[in-house]
Amino acid sequence: MSVRVGEAASAPTFAAAAKHLMGNDQLRRNVRNATEVIRNKRAAVVGEMSDWQQLRDTAHAIKDHTMRHLGEYLARFEENCTRAGGIVHWARDADEANAIAIEIIRSHNEKEVIKVKTMTTDEIGMNRALEAAGITPYETDLADLIVQLGDDKPSHIVVPALHRNKMEIRELFMRTMGLSELGTRPEDIAEAARLYLREKFLRVPVAISGANFAVAETGSVCVVESEGNGRMCVSLPRLLISVAGIEKIVPKFADLEVFLQLLARSATGERMNPYNSIWTGVTPGDGPREFHVILLDNGRTKVLADEVSRETLDCIRCGACLNACPVYRQTGGHAYGSIYAGPIGAILTPQLQSMEHSQTLPYASSLCGACYEVCPVKINIPEILIHLRNKIVENGDAPAGEQMGMKAAAWAMSDAANLSTARTLGRIAQMPFANNGVIHHLPGMMSGWTATRDMPSIPAESFRQWWAKRAREKRP
Amino acid sequence: MDQPLRRRKYTEITGRTPLIAIHWELQISLFIACYNDMLFPGTGQAVVTVLERLGHTVEFRQSQTCCGQMHYNSGYQADALPLMEKFLDDFRDSGVVCIPSSSCVAMIREHYPVMAEKSGRPEMVREVQSLIPRVFEFSELLVDKLGVEDTGAFFPYLVTLHSSCHSLRSLHIGDKPERLLKKVRGLTYVPLEDRDQCCGFGGTFSVKNADVSAAMAADKIRCVLKTRAEVCAALDNSCLMQIGGALGRLNTGTRTMHIAEILAATEASVPTGAGAHV
Repeated sequence: MSVRVGEAASAPTFAAAAKHLMGNDQLRRNVRNATEVIRNKRAAVVGEMSDWQQLRDTAHAIKDHTMRHLGEYLARFEENCTRAGGIVHWARDADEANAIAIEIIRSHNEKEVIKVKTMTTDEIGMNRALEAAGITPYETDLADLIVQLGDDKPSHIVVPALHRNKMEIRELFMRTMGLSELGTRPEDIAEAARLYLREKFLRVPVAISGANFAVAETGSVCVVESEGNGRMCVSLPRLLISVAGIEKIVPKFADLEVFLQLLARSATGERMNPYNSIWTGVTPGDGPREFHVILLDNGRTKVLADEVSRETLDCIRCGACLNACPVYRQTGGHAYGSIYAGPIGAILTPQLQSMEHSQTLPYASSLCGACYEVCPVKINIPEILIHLRNKIVENGDAPAGEQMGMKAAAWAMSDAANLSTARTLGRIAQMPFANNGVIHHLPGMMSGWTATRDMPSIPAESFRQWWAKRAREKRP
Repeated sequence: MDQPLRRRKYTEITGRTPLIAIHWELQISLFIACYNDMLFPGTGQAVVTVLERLGHTVEFRQSQTCCGQMHYNSGYQADALPLMEKFLDDFRDSGVVCIPSSSCVAMIREHYPVMAEKSGRPEMVREVQSLIPRVFEFSELLVDKLGVEDTGAFFPYLVTLHSSCHSLRSLHIGDKPERLLKKVRGLTYVPLEDRDQCCGFGGTFSVKNADVSAAMAADKIRCVLKTRAEVCAALDNSCLMQIGGALGRLNTGTRTMHIAEILAATEASVPTGAGAHV
């Protein structure tokens, strides 16, 4: 089995990628502006919900229950979807899922597919696999189209082209669509995409989608979006293939009431998504004649086995934690080296890969807690980040210098006398660097701090020394 | 049960100190926090000054060291556990424990129960349960436990307040620190923009991801400088090391101070700015 999360396994460290990206001032401006707009919209529409916290609690409880009985609900989904005329496949990993999709498309002798916005197919690198099999995929979500035409990578779960601004997109469309003229208004640029895509919708008979939710009770699949392009894809073609992570299951149709409220408000700051497509199997004379669901594991059951961090799988991909994260807002999504960026990416990407890759991601957080605060399903991301750091340390994969430093600190803190000794040693060690109570430069690991910030030096008298002295003086 | 508040009212009404005030005093045990002990002794001294001025007795247990937060947050749970055990030992029979660092308080409230649970030792779970209600962050202790907002301080400067993430999101501190600052005579309080934004310290994050951490500090000091405040205060010297480190490097003339040092200041002892910029 080969679990793959995009190209995360070969990505540079977070710190290195972040340093590189932070040098791009246009990208930083785009990310800053876009996240601020979405954050403010979200805050406004969340603020008008008096039962928001109850909704979050309910969603968390539903997810928790589902994950505890996932096998049961998946079987129920398969049964009900099959009964409604759908065909359910099970894929252990990326390669299996891609092979199943290619096999289905080949059996129809088709060479092109249109795609609804889906993170899951990015996770398994489906576009590459399709191209290698001689099948051309066309992304139809506006942002995914921008990413595809620019041979770029998504930088946000909900707004994959968030790192691009209007003028960059205009230039890209003119170049890749062969347009000699294009206006600069957003509606001009959208019109160019509309004309480009409309032709694909009407011509290509195969569509691939992801799934926001898969309902066990009815065997239905639900996709939500803002543009209507997804609706085109799930209704016009003859053949529809949906790739769903096994964690997308909700037990009952009525559960959607909770999640659709939370998702729209958290993701885009809308009260309801403009397009909520829910379909059950096939219906003669209406929509696709053949419908397949590929249920994807790709590392998920391993995540499920960890009691502390399994709630990572509760994620409904709203992206609110990205917009709220002060780290993401500095670097944008590409720094995470994964299609799953931001705080949720920092916990999901390494776990899907059994903690063998992307080990710098759990450290890409100041643990400020803003992600947990906005998470609509109450995933305790800071706690899971700490849990994953602990796994890395326990495996002996933490940097040697850090391990030594922590051991030394543990020794120093184990006893007040040791602490006093450590303090004296610190006083001696800082002598070449301290100047008037301030340190401007430190070597080694600490140089990262002093590159931009001063550091206080250890003063002559500690608090406990002051206290002891005072106690002596007070004594008659 | 708010005896100090009752005493204050008595004093306000009669202008006298009640004769039996001794019975209303609280014995407060100070957990200074390891980094305050070593790097910011002035904060501990200020806490003692304020609590004693309000008529309470402060004790300092010399055996104390560290709550274990750095190890825990960095993934060294195995090293954090003995530090928690030590904390429990050191403060087993204490009364109220005052901690001038909200992140240490968050460590105790949020992570000690989890660590105790994981250890599988029921007596440790019970000890943590008994400890938690006794632990107060400094501003919590003043406002919630002692019912005090006016600490009798005088500090004639323009002051803004940085709200640490732990105080906001773990302690739900609300406007307690602001209320304390607003009662300081001579002090002009100016709120900080984007107060819920992290300063970028984050413990080992500030070194492991130094570039991102510095960029976050830049955002924070942009807001601080916009207020034109002379002093940026906070409940946590860890954040202030980050914010003050950047403010100092750029010679902005705005310094950082733990809130206790502001509340300790009086007409007789307004701290001068000399050498206090970090």
